[in-house]
Amino acid sequence: MRSMLVKVFLLLFIGIVSVGPFAGAVSAQTAAATTGSQADRITVLEKQVADQSAAISSAQSAGDNAWMLVSAALVLMMSGPGLALFYGGLVRRKNILGTMMQTFAMMVVITVLWALVTYSLAFGSGNAFIGGLHNVFLHGVGLMPDKDYAATIPLQTFMVYQLMFAIITPALITGAFAERMKFSAMLAFMVLWAVFVYSPMAHMVWGKGGLLNAALGGRFPCLDFAGGTVVHVTSGVSALVTALYLGKRLGYPKVPMPPHSVVLSFIGACLLWVGWFGFNAGSALAAGTLATSAFVATHFGAAAAALGWSAAEWIRNGKPSALGAISGAVAGLVAITPASGFVTPMGALWIGLIAGVFCFFMVVKVKTLFGYDDSLDAFGVHGAGGTIGALLTGIFAKSFINPIFGAGKPTGLLEGNAHQLLNQLTGVSIAWGLSIVGTVIILFIVDKVIGLRVSAEDEETGLDLSQHGEEGYDWAH
Amino acid sequence: MQKVEAVIQPSKLDAIKDALVEIGVHGITIMEARGHGRQKGHTEFYRGREYSVDLLPKVKLETVVSDDMVDKVVQAIIGIARTGNIGDGKIFVSHVDEAIRIRNDERGDIAL
Repeated sequence: MRSMLVKVFLLLFIGIVSVGPFAGAVSAQTAAATTGSQADRITVLEKQVADQSAAISSAQSAGDNAWMLVSAALVLMMSGPGLALFYGGLVRRKNILGTMMQTFAMMVVITVLWALVTYSLAFGSGNAFIGGLHNVFLHGVGLMPDKDYAATIPLQTFMVYQLMFAIITPALITGAFAERMKFSAMLAFMVLWAVFVYSPMAHMVWGKGGLLNAALGGRFPCLDFAGGTVVHVTSGVSALVTALYLGKRLGYPKVPMPPHSVVLSFIGACLLWVGWFGFNAGSALAAGTLATSAFVATHFGAAAAALGWSAAEWIRNGKPSALGAISGAVAGLVAITPASGFVTPMGALWIGLIAGVFCFFMVVKVKTLFGYDDSLDAFGVHGAGGTIGALLTGIFAKSFINPIFGAGKPTGLLEGNAHQLLNQLTGVSIAWGLSIVGTVIILFIVDKVIGLRVSAEDEETGLDLSQHGEEGYDWAH
Repeated sequence: MQKVEAVIQPSKLDAIKDALVEIGVHGITIMEARGHGRQKGHTEFYRGREYSVDLLPKVKLETVVSDDMVDKVVQAIIGIARTGNIGDGKIFVSHVDEAIRIRNDERGDIAL
């Protein structure tokens, strides 16, 4: 909205500015008739045209940049407070600060790491798998646009926007090892994970020359508009690996561990929903029609998935719970993420509905069946939702929404491009493979050097006291 | 002097309080409590996991009254707290040796 206003004002401004010289040109015309110097007239006109196109592009740049800065802020809001509240409410009350701190630590540590090295590894030019070191310490990341990534916004806007994705991705993993990991080990794990799992995956899908990059000529063009594979599959699958590697929480599943405040989770989930507009619509990297299309698809996907999850729960348990409704919405947001810039509103409704029911089934049935303790369902929602969303993108993508392979060329399966489903599968498989291998190796190293789990006594006490020396709730005063 | 302790449904508290004031009880103490008797708890579902909640929210009310008041107090509580369903609560009556008003050291019934 703000960006639109900015655009309107700037266009008006250009109009006024250009009418002035035009009036001048009319008098110049009469003057030219007397002097007969056509060359002078052409010079004047050329200058006008050049001035006008400069003003137009500056107006577009201002509009786009306004939206992208707002989007970056929205995506940060998804981590803190969004995800911190969502996860914080789901744990027992002795662990709320420990859980929130894990997300907040990502806002701090990943940011610094991004400036030092990971931006360069993800988006610097390199090979098909990982970026180079040309942009370490943000060297060369200035205020001029990089035409390959986003032609109308300063490269620093692009850089800081992408940083917000790099923050929330590892933060999502924390849901799997909630209530039992050492803070120090978590920090070490996340730093290594950001370097060796996130950076290559982001480079492959979004980086220049990346193997899976659909926009910049990758070998296997995988459609991933806003990070279904890069963010959700990697975090979700890594979450499953950490849950298996660390083992269950003490007493799980015998000791009941219900969420200590669904109210906090509710607020968090609603903040996630709003923030997700920055995540998906912002991934258009401009304030144009594609952003609108992604915004609409995002919203419809979330609503349909909340409906799907709630319906499944209502049928199975007899009651539609608040936690179920918000979990469904998040699952839908995850699934629509890769598809958001490629599908129609109706396609979004289908993707959401399928993802809502599928993730409910993963969380309620599959987790119990295999008995792993993915404490806050990071895999059940993000891994499963991300995977199904990436595959459904290959089915529902439409060329008139986003002609990424050229105007009129079939994009998704429903348009007759069956091959795209294979490309999506390739992208998803690489994300699964990289996440499993990378996470296992990193966990092994951190376990040997620091030790992953808190002591049984500390776990009993809770992370708030044992890791941070404070309590979230003071009951005595 | 006897102590009457009643564990009741939280929703009955206001009416019982009014009834006790009406029959001349001067002081009561209220505690928010959790507990269960023969009443079973209920089940809650969080993401498909079933949790049986067997400690339910209750209110525990205490009042110490002179011997002649005990029956009236018990009847007043029963009159309001009884619905005939399990979970209505329980009343315990016990003997109290002494009551002392801290302000002026008064003892016995007068201190109540």
